[in-house]
Amino acid sequence: MFSDIYKVQLENVFEGPMDLLIYLIRKNEVNIYDIPISLITNRYLEYIEWLKAMNVDIAGDFLVMAATLIHIKSRMLLPVHEDSDEEDPRQEIARPLLEYLRMKSAALQLNERELLGEHTFIRSPAKTSGAGNLQDREIRVDLFELIQAFQRIIDNLSPDIAIDVIAEKLSIKDRMIELIWLLKDRGSLIFQELILSLDGKIEIIITFLAILEMVKRNAASIIQHTDTGNITLYLNESP
Amino acid sequence: MPELKSIIESFLFVSEEPLTLEKMKLALPETDVKAIKEAVQMLKDEYDHRKGSICLVEVAGGYQLRTRPEYADWIRKIIQPSAQRLSPAALETLAIIAYKQPVMRSDIEHIRGVDAGGIIRMLLDRKLIKILGRKEIPGRPLIYATTRHFLEIFGLRDIKDLPVPKDISDLGKPTVEAHEMTFPNNIIPTPDENT
Repeated sequence: MFSDIYKVQLENVFEGPMDLLIYLIRKNEVNIYDIPISLITNRYLEYIEWLKAMNVDIAGDFLVMAATLIHIKSRMLLPVHEDSDEEDPRQEIARPLLEYLRMKSAALQLNERELLGEHTFIRSPAKTSGAGNLQDREIRVDLFELIQAFQRIIDNLSPDIAIDVIAEKLSIKDRMIELIWLLKDRGSLIFQELILSLDGKIEIIITFLAILEMVKRNAASIIQHTDTGNITLYLNESP
Repeated sequence: MPELKSIIESFLFVSEEPLTLEKMKLALPETDVKAIKEAVQMLKDEYDHRKGSICLVEVAGGYQLRTRPEYADWIRKIIQPSAQRLSPAALETLAIIAYKQPVMRSDIEHIRGVDAGGIIRMLLDRKLIKILGRKEIPGRPLIYATTRHFLEIFGLRDIKDLPVPKDISDLGKPTVEAHEMTFPNNIIPTPDENT
């Protein structure tokens, strides 16, 4: 029986317990809707033993699956009342297996499509027009990227700047008005530069909140440059 | 005024992203959407009829001029494709996110049975998926969904255009219960980033 197991090719190392289980089911040509749980459990445990013998570190996931299989096997041994509506214990493993297979097939189908950049191409003016172009490629940033940028700036602050015990009476509203004047004057503001020109955490936080508020009210928009990662603030034209 | 379909063709030629009907309408305020739609269809038929190397496809909620797949080998002789192929594991993870979105990392790991952290980070970096927010349950886990870029790469009109996963015919007899691939109703559509 062990000679069987040794045929497992090394390039075919299983990524997880689900992969291994599907391999065993295919190899033993059993019906996924009627898994011979005893056979599959034994094969599974043999494989785990083999992995141990080969000094491969077994991930915990493999052991959890082994426990699940043994649990199902033991439940199968219990007598079932004829009129009980308890479902087949093997469903516990058949259902996720089917789901996984369905997703695997979906992945294959996705991969068979005509992929952009692989089978089909578009004109890419941004790449061909060279550097220094005003029409730089820009992408819109979402809130999480903005918060990450903010976190980076806070992290980079030297500690002596951060100590500021005097509570300043700076309101978000005042800061928004200031920002709007700045934007009207300069057209756009680079987020990183704007923040670095401020002193103290409180002021940075107020400014950050003011920017969020402006974006929320649709008064401004935030755009991140693809290559430099710079986040730029623009004033939206009032309707 | 030149022919409507020629104007639209010029729009499509200069657009970097799939061009939506709404955007065309904004540029052509005098023309009604129905006429624009008809002109797009005429243009599409023309490209198909011409059997050249370019076709007009409907993708990610808009229209885009693309090369036909038959020319991919030729095109690769003059440009270096930038995209790196996704590994089977990454494709499976992406498929789970696409079909089950919005999903948490634990949902993905539950289906695949292995850690998904590294792959999720890579898919986020490649802008194929995005963080939608946090689920209001203990631990407030992040939830993920696919992006418009995902639709563009895989040539999908919208998320409902995803192919229905094939039945698993090589693994035993099909039964009635296990075969319905339903699509959740609460799919959050990828926001249109054109405004």
